[in-house]
Amino acid sequence: MAIPKVCGIETEYGISVRGSDVNPVMSSTLLINSYLGRNQQSIGWDFQDEHPGSDARGFSLDDILDPDIEMHLVNRVLTNGARYYVDHAHPEISTPECRTADEVVLFDRAAEEIIRRSMESANDLLPPGSEIVIYKNNSDGKGNSYGCHENYLVARETSFARLAAEITPHFVSRQIFCGAGKVGSEAPATNSSDVAFQISQRADFFEEEIGLETTLKRPIVNTRDEPHCDPTKYRRLHVIVGDSNMSEMATFLKVGTTAIVLAMIEDGVLNHLPFIANPVSSIRQLSHDPSLRASVLLSNGSRATALQIQWSLFESAQKYAMTHGLESVGERIGEQVLTEWELVLSGLERDIDSVSNVVDWVAKKRIVDGFAVRHSLRSDDSRLKAIDIQYHDLRSNKSLASFAGLRTLVTQENVISAVSQPPDTTRAYFRGTCLRKWPESIVAANWDSLVFDVGRESLLRIPMMEPLRGTRELTGELLNECQSPDELINRLGEVAQPL
Amino acid sequence: MVGYGASMAERIRKHKSTTEHRDESKQGDQVVGTNGVKLKAELDELLDEIDGVLESNAEDFVKSYVQKGGQ
Repeated sequence: MAIPKVCGIETEYGISVRGSDVNPVMSSTLLINSYLGRNQQSIGWDFQDEHPGSDARGFSLDDILDPDIEMHLVNRVLTNGARYYVDHAHPEISTPECRTADEVVLFDRAAEEIIRRSMESANDLLPPGSEIVIYKNNSDGKGNSYGCHENYLVARETSFARLAAEITPHFVSRQIFCGAGKVGSEAPATNSSDVAFQISQRADFFEEEIGLETTLKRPIVNTRDEPHCDPTKYRRLHVIVGDSNMSEMATFLKVGTTAIVLAMIEDGVLNHLPFIANPVSSIRQLSHDPSLRASVLLSNGSRATALQIQWSLFESAQKYAMTHGLESVGERIGEQVLTEWELVLSGLERDIDSVSNVVDWVAKKRIVDGFAVRHSLRSDDSRLKAIDIQYHDLRSNKSLASFAGLRTLVTQENVISAVSQPPDTTRAYFRGTCLRKWPESIVAANWDSLVFDVGRESLLRIPMMEPLRGTRELTGELLNECQSPDELINRLGEVAQPL
Repeated sequence: MVGYGASMAERIRKHKSTTEHRDESKQGDQVVGTNGVKLKAELDELLDEIDGVLESNAEDFVKSYVQKGGQ
């Protein structure tokens, strides 16, 4: 049976400084440090066990790749279990590990709230007339892209080659409901007169079907093999092909459908569907056709539209829910994903505009088209590209997405709580709660361990190699009862390892 | 191996019957027309708001939005 789909999102944000000439590494650092100085406890990141060059196909480039992580840059763990850091000249937040798609939405929203508070605290430190502005998008329209990655727990015993082959049709076609939309094109040999508006922010940047890279020659299936947990039992599929979503329902569908498709692959029920013959050209071709009429060549010689591919995946998922259940993605949430999946596909098929309250690219296109008609603009007018960028502005009074009438899934009250409280359902609960209670005794933290200094001869590492241990259910009582970190270490006994 | 199209034909039939059913319940064009007016009014209101908050010098704004490539 498919294993629980522990999942999360890692978002790199666009950053601009107005009125000052500050480089993006400096401004990202200021943004994060000003937030940490004012708002909450945090702990430095522990780089032991980081291997971004490790490849799921069985080799490692760690020794010959440029260091992927700049270790001198700010890099902190927050009390909600998230990681907040500077990566490649962008501020980045990784959500804590979540158990279900709705939790990912909540912690993705909490990350936005953290960014908003960071903008406020950073701008107080800048000279009058200067301002840092953050955008939750994936491209500057000039050929530079930055990612919104997802990650999903997968059983190590699942063949990676089969997983890569069977997930690709979903990665190529899911953009019709989780694409964030883009004015113009950045693909080689295209321009805005060829492609006035496209479905995805990221599709122009994918050049390979499969590979280890994330910054150049980006692959549709990324092979980075960093499980951040017991590597003999698990993989953590690192997904780089998605867009940053402003719509909560789009994030819910993106994560929810992908988790179900992965569960189906683990259970071996998806091997009846054909592959896409040319995934790289197909992902662009589908993105460049907002009419959704384009079809792509399949391995069996026939053709299918993105909607047809998605309907087939949906129908397989519906059958799978009957035969296997959806416990791996959370039974109740899995049912909700199926309901919303069917609604969005029906809506896209019947009348694309009818899903402008769910799908980012449709919401954005409605504004762009309406604005162009109202002001009689040509498709290459700067104001249309400005709408595209400002749709993703995270300042609440400037974000065009916040005017677009998007449906919501989580309450503002819960978002505020998730800024500082971890999810109950994964080891992030243990990480975040320890950090909130005993920040002065924790020397370093990362996804799979905490290092304590409780005044003994050695530092003590508490390994957390199981993503579903350390939940509130399993450790809430223990953490409540312990009056000091010393008591926690004593009660954990041999679990705590001297360094 | 079953093609993506195979289950499509059946699904389209299924879907068609539900849309037809829904169309009948709309009681003709008048309702569709009213919906159209309502949608247009909503869009106009949205565009009024966009006019109010859109960056004032779009050309400079777009030109100066330059990012370093990331992951």
